[in-house]
Amino acid sequence: MAVASDAATALRPLDPAYVLKEAGAVAAIVFALSISLVGFKTEDVPGGITVVTRFGAVAIVTVIAFFGRLGLILLREGRPFPVLVTALPFALALFALLLWDQLFAPEIGLRRFLPFGDIIVNWLLAIFAAILAGRAAWTFRHEPREQSAEEREKKMDRVVAAPVQRAARLVGPLLLGFAIILPFLPIADRRLLDIGILVMTYIMLGWGLNVVVGLAGLLDLGYVAFYAVGAYSYALLATHFDLGFWICLPFAGIMAAFAGILLGFPVLRLRGDYLAIVTLGFGEMVRIILLNWYDFTNGPDGISGIPRPSFFGLPFVRNPPEGTETFHSFFGLSYSPIDRIIFLYYVILLLALATNAFTLRLRKLPVSRAWEALREDETACRSLGINPRNTKLTAFAIGAMFGGFGGSFFATRQGFISPESFTFIESAIILAIVVLGGMGSQIGVVFAAILLIGLPEFFRELQQFRMLAFGATMVTIMIWRPRGLLAHREPTIHLSDEKTPTGHN
Amino acid sequence: MNNRATSDHHDTSLLTVEHLSMRFGGLVAVDDVSFRANDREITAIIGPNGAGKTTMFNCLTGFYKPSVGQLTLHHPHKGDYQLERMEEFHIPQQAGVARTFQNIRLFPAMSVLENLIIAQHNELMRASGYTVTGLLGLQHYKRAERKAVEFSRYWLDRMGLTARAEWEAGNLPYGDQRRLEIARAMCIKPVLLCLDEPAAGLNARESALLNELLLFIRDEHKIGMLLIEHDMSVVMGISDHIVVLDYGRKISDGTPESVRNDPAVIRAYLGEEEDAELPPKVARDIKKN
Amino acid sequence: MGYFLQQLINGLTLGMIYGLIAIGYTMVYGIIGMINFAHGEIFMISAFISIITFLVLGLLGMGWVPLALVLILVTTMLLTAVYGWALERVAYRPLRGSPRLAALITAIGMSIFLQNYVQLLQGARIKPLQPVISGGFRFLSESDFSVNLSYLQIFIIVLTICLMLGFTALINRTALGRAQRACEQDLGMAALVGIDVDRTISLTFVMGAALASVAGLMFLLNYGVIDFYIGFLAGIKAFTAAVLGGIGSLPGAMLGGLLIGLIEAFWSAYFTVEYKDVAVFSIMILVLIFRPTGLLGKPDIEKV
Repeated sequence: MAVASDAATALRPLDPAYVLKEAGAVAAIVFALSISLVGFKTEDVPGGITVVTRFGAVAIVTVIAFFGRLGLILLREGRPFPVLVTALPFALALFALLLWDQLFAPEIGLRRFLPFGDIIVNWLLAIFAAILAGRAAWTFRHEPREQSAEEREKKMDRVVAAPVQRAARLVGPLLLGFAIILPFLPIADRRLLDIGILVMTYIMLGWGLNVVVGLAGLLDLGYVAFYAVGAYSYALLATHFDLGFWICLPFAGIMAAFAGILLGFPVLRLRGDYLAIVTLGFGEMVRIILLNWYDFTNGPDGISGIPRPSFFGLPFVRNPPEGTETFHSFFGLSYSPIDRIIFLYYVILLLALATNAFTLRLRKLPVSRAWEALREDETACRSLGINPRNTKLTAFAIGAMFGGFGGSFFATRQGFISPESFTFIESAIILAIVVLGGMGSQIGVVFAAILLIGLPEFFRELQQFRMLAFGATMVTIMIWRPRGLLAHREPTIHLSDEKTPTGHN
Repeated sequence: MNNRATSDHHDTSLLTVEHLSMRFGGLVAVDDVSFRANDREITAIIGPNGAGKTTMFNCLTGFYKPSVGQLTLHHPHKGDYQLERMEEFHIPQQAGVARTFQNIRLFPAMSVLENLIIAQHNELMRASGYTVTGLLGLQHYKRAERKAVEFSRYWLDRMGLTARAEWEAGNLPYGDQRRLEIARAMCIKPVLLCLDEPAAGLNARESALLNELLLFIRDEHKIGMLLIEHDMSVVMGISDHIVVLDYGRKISDGTPESVRNDPAVIRAYLGEEEDAELPPKVARDIKKN
Repeated sequence: MGYFLQQLINGLTLGMIYGLIAIGYTMVYGIIGMINFAHGEIFMISAFISIITFLVLGLLGMGWVPLALVLILVTTMLLTAVYGWALERVAYRPLRGSPRLAALITAIGMSIFLQNYVQLLQGARIKPLQPVISGGFRFLSESDFSVNLSYLQIFIIVLTICLMLGFTALINRTALGRAQRACEQDLGMAALVGIDVDRTISLTFVMGAALASVAGLMFLLNYGVIDFYIGFLAGIKAFTAAVLGGIGSLPGAMLGGLLIGLIEAFWSAYFTVEYKDVAVFSIMILVLIFRPTGLLGKPDIEKV
């Protein structure tokens, strides 16, 4: 902090003992953390388990922690040069090795020079080194200056979030256009469309949860419960009463909204953290009930044979029963299994767009302003005559309704559901999308869903690290930018009509 | 003790507090307090720290349910309301009681204008058909919203905040935040405005502006006001009637003139001459023995 | 009668484990007013550290069980405490004073992170451990049923009581305990009178983690299997215990833990074992709605 004013001219003398102690302490902590869980791995052997050692990895992370911390201290003290000359070659060498490994396959045998057995971890290390080098280069030109969290927040808002939000007005329609023509592009194969469907499902769920978490500030950790209610409503109605997807869809939404009200009514007066854990408990309760109420839900076996949606009554099948027309025969096409996928793709696109239009319209209404006001200060709201419980209940119910829509789409797409699909992890994923994208930001949810859902689907190797990354992302974002990466708020009402920017819808 | 306020304008009472007591466990924060506040008058409630002033406000505005007592609001147009039986969020919207807070409670991340619009929430909710017709984007709601904006503009102009209408409320300077909070309370169109230390933290100039503002509200908007305040220049300058609390009890009640000279008040504030050093409670205990 | 007594013993044993975890929740809540969602994962990590230490000692040929148990207990407590410390330092300290929602999301993020960290490092399969302490007393024998009080249960109960006594002394008698109670009253004021608030909060996390680690070891011994997911359920149940006892109250946490253990045991015995978790969750929701201060908690007056 003291170096802030004239760092370039007068550097604070560096006490090597202090620096070493500091870096050594971090290394010691990392060693203590890693020696148990990293250092030993439990392995199954016939008749029990045993441990194998991985001391090499412990040594490497400890050394990395030491030098990483050392580098950060040097940067903080305005001495980027030693950091740059170590981190940059290290990063470059690592990148070169990794690329070599990717391009020419492991047979050349350079893999043994990599510090970790796992390629992803090596990539992470390389990226970390590159960031350190980048920061060192930056420090060369700019004086190191400690920013307060508030300053940083403001700066991020100005430099990143606001332009992105403005660009969203342009990018949004472009993305939409891309989404519309995607199935007809040559790159669109079945896998890509499936990923597209998945991403859009999560975008829709994210937009739904955004109402609850982003606008109303209610941390709902049991969102998956409403997703499950929607899915089971559709599945049961469709299999028992032979009803179609489009008839069941609103009903599934209503059921989910009703479940939201049922839960919300007693618990919404609870304080934020209590509410979070109660919704978490509720989510688990719903799952346990689905799992054990065998007569109704078929228990762990789930419900199969859920009807697929039809195109205005025209099913997507190759060999229809006698006398019924199918999609391909009606339009005189030859049967192609991808037709159904494309149709599902457009269904979810439509649902997502409807969600977007609905939530954007809500923003301009008093109820949405009241949600935000409740998030800001509930006591003040009550002093202004806003009924907190009803207002929160609407947020909860609307969020739940979109969860229900998403759930019934999930059921019709899979054709099979079981309680296994509705674990807490699902709630956590949706929450991570909302948090990363920026609470209250529509476009942020889109980017976050593409990043968190689409990317790991494409790069299968990333799958196993996905939840780890989700957790780490949530923590980092909250520490770094608590309102979310792209959170930027524009007033929803203006003094004169002329100043109102043309809406997004 | 009970030298009743002889107001020079209207003597219609707006609020009657009868035998109000509020206990928290063993602690008696307000102890059997009764007084009346008149319409179109400023009634100041003063007393040392911890005298129970804010607790009384919280009872009046429904944040606490009083242990004993009746709080009757005589609404000039709508009849009487028993405030102690009402939910806190019904009090502003039905009985027309608005309040501000000791430590300003704005919606800091929302714009100045939005703060005022939220105060007109219930009206706008009705206009938006409780969101249902509002979602259809009918003109009816648009008109109601415009009206609400115009009403807010009136207060923005009055407070000199029009140029900053788009600012985040949390970024306003302190004095402006205080004024915005008063404007926001006025946007619910109250008949009784309760102000909890509105002059706290204001400089002399801002304090004078506040006096002017409160008199303006009383005279132009013709409503009654309750005012908790420590700043005696504000209290003595603008109050029509003063109620003095000490340790939860009412010790004096009357015009500024009569309260100023009431020995009980002087004792509470300064202690008695001979034991001026001692805090009032100790002094009283000594006297008792 | 015998059946009832057996459930009572089982419930108490289970309750001790929940109570030890619940103390971590309640202490952290008392001092910084946040629910440390990741506390359940600390418990899970400690169970893994225990099993690893067991296996390592086994490989080293440590045969004498009492000494092995002491060594494992100490190692687990130490290494888990480091996790507790690091958790606070990395995830929670930077957020002190920021909105509640942010701290909550961080805690959940940390919980997800730790769960998957262990899964990645140790694998997703369940880890079995052969019984270490076997045998016990049998009494009240009837024709087909006898009450069984195993040595393991005695070990758990005695160890918990000893820990509780030591811990109570620590809070009530030492400078650290005083500092902690002061911070509980008012962080800002405590800092003003010269208490190192950061250090006190860190130590709170360390103590919470150490107690949870004992619970982790007990869980491992009691059930004989663990996986990376045990922290989730145990965490919610221990939190329920903390709330039931009155969050912020140390005796309350233990009492709540015992009650939850008993409820779970009796519910499983007399009703349906499948819905025992639903029963616990329902209790949590009911307590929070109707008596949010719990059994021994102090009433929380809303400051306006």
